[in-house]
Amino acid sequence: MATAFQKVYTKIGQITKATVSLKAKGVGYDELATINGKLAQVVKIAGDDVTLQVFEGTGGIPTNAEVVFLGKAPSLKVSEQLAGRFFNAYGHPIDGGPEIEGKEVEIGGPSVNPVRRKQPSELIATGIAGIDLNNTLVSGQKIPFFADPDQPFNEVMALVALRAKVDKIILGGMGMTNDDYYFFKNTFSNAGALDRIIAFMNTTEDPAVERLLVPDMALTAAEYFAVEKHETVLVLLTDMTSYADSLSIVSNRMDQIPSKDSMPGSLYSDLAKIYEKAVQFPESAGGGSITIIAVTTLSGGDITHAVPDNTGYITEGQLYLRRDSDIGKVIVDPFRSLSRLKQLVAGKKTRKDHSQVMNAAIRLYSDAANAKTKLENGFDLTDYDNRCLDFAKEYANKLLAIDVNLDTTEMLDVTWSLFKKYFKLEEVNIKREFTDIYWK
Amino acid sequence: MTKGTVSGVIANMVTLKVDGPVKQGEICYIETGGDRLMSEVIKVVGSDVYVQVFESTRGLKVGAPADFTGHMLEVQLGPGMLSKNFDGLQNDLDKMEGVFLKRGQYTEPLDAEREWDFVPLAKVGDEVEGSAWLGEVEENSQKLKIMAPFQLEGKAKVKSIVKAGKYKIHDVVAVLTKEDGTEVKVDMVQHWPVKFAMTNYKEKPRPFKLLETGVRTIDTFNPIVEGGTGFIPGPFGTGKTVLQHAISKQAEADIVIIAACGERANEVVEIFTEFPELDDPHTGRKLMERTIIIANTSNMPVAAREASVYTAMTMAEYYRSMGLRVLLMADSTSRWAQALREMSNRMEELPGPDAFPMDLGALISNFYGRAGYVYLNNGEIGSITFIGTVSPAGGNLKEPVTENTKKVARCFYGLEQDRADKKRYPAVNPIDSYSKYLEYPEFAEYISKKINDKWIPKVLALKTRMQRGKEIAEQINILGDDGVPVDYHVVFWKSEIIDFVVLQQDAFDEVDAVTSLERQEAILDLVTEICETDFQFDHFEDCVDFFRKLINLCKQMNYSEFRSEQYNDFVSQIKAMLAA
Repeated sequence: MATAFQKVYTKIGQITKATVSLKAKGVGYDELATINGKLAQVVKIAGDDVTLQVFEGTGGIPTNAEVVFLGKAPSLKVSEQLAGRFFNAYGHPIDGGPEIEGKEVEIGGPSVNPVRRKQPSELIATGIAGIDLNNTLVSGQKIPFFADPDQPFNEVMALVALRAKVDKIILGGMGMTNDDYYFFKNTFSNAGALDRIIAFMNTTEDPAVERLLVPDMALTAAEYFAVEKHETVLVLLTDMTSYADSLSIVSNRMDQIPSKDSMPGSLYSDLAKIYEKAVQFPESAGGGSITIIAVTTLSGGDITHAVPDNTGYITEGQLYLRRDSDIGKVIVDPFRSLSRLKQLVAGKKTRKDHSQVMNAAIRLYSDAANAKTKLENGFDLTDYDNRCLDFAKEYANKLLAIDVNLDTTEMLDVTWSLFKKYFKLEEVNIKREFTDIYWK
Repeated sequence: MTKGTVSGVIANMVTLKVDGPVKQGEICYIETGGDRLMSEVIKVVGSDVYVQVFESTRGLKVGAPADFTGHMLEVQLGPGMLSKNFDGLQNDLDKMEGVFLKRGQYTEPLDAEREWDFVPLAKVGDEVEGSAWLGEVEENSQKLKIMAPFQLEGKAKVKSIVKAGKYKIHDVVAVLTKEDGTEVKVDMVQHWPVKFAMTNYKEKPRPFKLLETGVRTIDTFNPIVEGGTGFIPGPFGTGKTVLQHAISKQAEADIVIIAACGERANEVVEIFTEFPELDDPHTGRKLMERTIIIANTSNMPVAAREASVYTAMTMAEYYRSMGLRVLLMADSTSRWAQALREMSNRMEELPGPDAFPMDLGALISNFYGRAGYVYLNNGEIGSITFIGTVSPAGGNLKEPVTENTKKVARCFYGLEQDRADKKRYPAVNPIDSYSKYLEYPEFAEYISKKINDKWIPKVLALKTRMQRGKEIAEQINILGDDGVPVDYHVVFWKSEIIDFVVLQQDAFDEVDAVTSLERQEAILDLVTEICETDFQFDHFEDCVDFFRKLINLCKQMNYSEFRSEQYNDFVSQIKAMLAA
C-alpha cells in the first residue's frame, strides 16, 4: 500500500472498540490513514501520541498492524461521471461500475460566505397540498421530515424528489435498511430518473461509524454540480438520527462528557455544518442551488430529544406526517409542520391570497380539533362545531392527504370552495380585498 | 513577542509550548500550510498554553509555529462600520474573495482610503478626558463623534486640532497633552478589547423612556425601554426570528446592531436582501443605513461564535459613547452558551448543569449588564437596548440558559408552542410574559406625559381580563358550554377580543405589521370600551356569534390604513354593534 515517501508504523499502543492510538510524527489533524487496509482518521494529537478513529471498527486489528498515513483528509473525486452511480460511504462504486475519474476534493470543505448567497425565491412544486399550500418548499432550503420509523417518509421523499424539477438528486443513506435501498433504486429506475441520481449508501449491514462520511460525501458531490455546473441539486439525507447516533458512539469512545440524551456537546455544530450547505447562489455565481430534504426519525414522537430538538433550530422548518383516522390516510400534519421560507414565495410566486387562505384553513382545522375534544368529553356540539368537523374531514381528504397532486392555484380554489360550503363570510377572517374576489 | 509551537490538537483546541510570557485571552496566529489561524488563549499550565482556534484545524501538525500578538481579542472602531456585514471577528465579509470562506483570510473592518468631512468640536486649550468628543463626521446622515482615546487616563489639554475638512481615518486630527507632558496623537480609530465593558460614562440610572417597536404585544402590553433588556425564549418554529426582525425593522433607534450568533445563514441573507429596500419608519431613510450585521452563522467555526456577541456589544458601546440610541439584538444567546459548553468540554472541566460551564450564569449577567441608559461625562445621553433570543432545548424553560437569563433581563417575551400551532402570532404568551418596566414609577411618569395617565391602568385592566379569560376557558373545557352561565362566555370572549385585536398582529401585512403609538392608543381605547360594555345574551351561541362578528370587523379595521375612509367605516360598524 505504502508509496516510497510514506512512513509505515507497526506499533500500536492502545486499541479501543472504535479507536487506536500509536506514536507517530508529522501527522496532520483530520488526516486519513490505513490500518492493515482499514480506513481511519486522526481525531486527536497530543505530542507524539496520535489517536485514530477506525471507521469499520477495530475488530481484528493486531498491535503490530501496518499503519500508513495518507497525508490527506477524506476526499471524493468529482466529475460528470458521478451521475447515475451508487457509492459506499467512502465514495467507492457499489454498482459494479468503474471508479470515477475527476478532480479530488476534500469533503467537509469550508462554508459559503453569507454575503455571496442569494435569498431563496424559487418554489419547488411537489403537487402535495400539505407541502405546497401549507408549507411551501423553496430551492436552497433545508427541511427534515420528523417521523416515527414506521411512517412512509421514504416513499414521500422519493415522490417529492421525482416531482421536483431539479437537475440532480443526491441520496445519502445512513443506516438505511437494505429493503429501503432497493425501494429507492427501483423507484428511481422505474421513473427513468437514474441518470439524475447519485447515491452514497451506508446500510444497516455496514459499520455504523462509516456513516459519518455520508452527508459530507453527498454534499461535496452536490457542491460540485451546484457551483461548477450551476445546476439545481436536491439532496436527500435519510436518516439523520442514525448519523447522530454514530457521533455519540465516537464521542463516547473518546471519553467526552455527554450532554443531553448522551449526545456530544457539539451536536448542534455538527448538524449545522451539514444542513448549512443548503444554498441558493446568485445569477452572478451561476445560479445553482442545493436544497436538502432530510429525515430525522423520532422515538415515540418525542421532539424534545436532542436530535430533533437541535435539528429544529438549524433547519428551515420541519414536516410531520400523521395517519388521520377520520379519512384513513396519511396526511401532512398542518399544525406542527412549518416551512420557514414559505413567505418568500407564498403570494409572490403563487396567487396573492395564498397566505391568508392557508392560515384561515388551518385555524378552522384547529377549531375542528377543539370540537373533537369536546365531543370526546361528552359535550354537546354547536352548529359551528359540526360545520368545522365536516370541513376538517373534507379538507384532510382533498388537500392534506399525501396522495394529492394539484397545482397551487387549484389548491387555493379547492380551499375557497370548502370555506364557502361550510362557513359564513365573517367566520373565515380573511381580508376583504380577497373575499371580494374569491367568495363567490 | 512570545513564540510557540503546536504540541497537540483536538478539534479546535490546540496546545502550544511557549518560550515567554502570555496573557489569558491573548491572540496568537498559528501557521499551517501557508494559512495563519487566529486563536485565543483560554488556559495556561506552565509552558503549555491551551488556545481555541477560530478556524478549522484540518491538517495542523505538531511543531507548527505560533506568534503571539500581545493583545487580547479587540475590535477597531471608527467611521465606516454602518451598513456593513462583519463576521464574528469583525472581518468585512464583502471584502472576502470567492464564494467560500477561505481559512486564514482576514479583512480590514474599516476603509483606510475613504475621506470624511471632519468638523472640530473641541478647541485648542480645552481640558478633556478619555472619550471626550473632539470632532464630528457624518455617516449615512448620522453624526458620529471622533473621541479622545478611550484608554486615556486622567485629564489632558487639546494642544492642536485640525480645521474642518476632508480627512482619512488614520490621519491625525488632534494632539493632546497629558498632565505628565507627554503627547497623544488622535486619529479617528479606537481599539477596544471586546471582553471588557466600556465604563466611559458618569451614571447609569434606571431606564424609563419607551422604546417604540410598533409591535403591540410589546409596546402596549409589555413595553421595553431605551437602555432596557429583554429576552425572547421559545421552542423552534414559534416565531423568534420573525419577531426579532420586526423589532429591528421598526424600533425607534439610531443604530441597530444584529448579531446572528450561530443561526441560519438564510436569515442573515434575508436581512441584507430586504433592509436596503425597506424604509426606517421613523426617518424615512433606508433601514440598512442604520444597521450593522455581525454574522457568525451556525456553520462557521464555533469559537468565533462566542466572540461575535462581544464584538457586537463593543460596537454598541462605541456608538453609545457618542450619545446615540443603540438597539442590539442577539439571535441566539443559547448558541453562544453552547459554544462555551463545547470548549469547556474539550478542556475537560467539571461540568455544571446540562454540561454547561459552571460560570455560565455569571457570563450571561455580565453581558446583559453592559446594556443600559447612561449619562455621559459631558451630560449627554446614550443607550444600548439589548434583546436576546434563547433557544431552550426541547422548548423547556427550566434549563440553565433561560433560567440565568431570566435573572438579569427585565422583559420576558415567552413564545408558546400552543399559540404558534393555532397561528396566533406573535406567539408571545400574554399571561406569563412580563415587563418589569411597567412597575417603574419613572416609566409611569414618562408615559403619563407621553400618552396619558390612563394608559397604564387600562393596560393592567386588560391583563387581568386575559387572566380571567384563561381561567374561564379552563372551566368551559371541564364543564362544557352549557355548564357555565352565559356571563362566563361574555368574559371569555372579551379576552378573545383583546387577544385578536391587540395582541395578534400580522407581521407580513403591510399595514398591520407596524402600529404607531397613536394607533395603539386608539386600539387600546376601543378594546377597553368593548370590554367595559355590558352585554346581555339569552344563549351562549348568540354571544359566540356576536363576538365572532365583532372580531372580524376589528381585524378588518387593523388591516386598513389608519384613519382612512375604510378604517372609519369599520370603526363606525363596530360602534354600531356596541350600541345595539
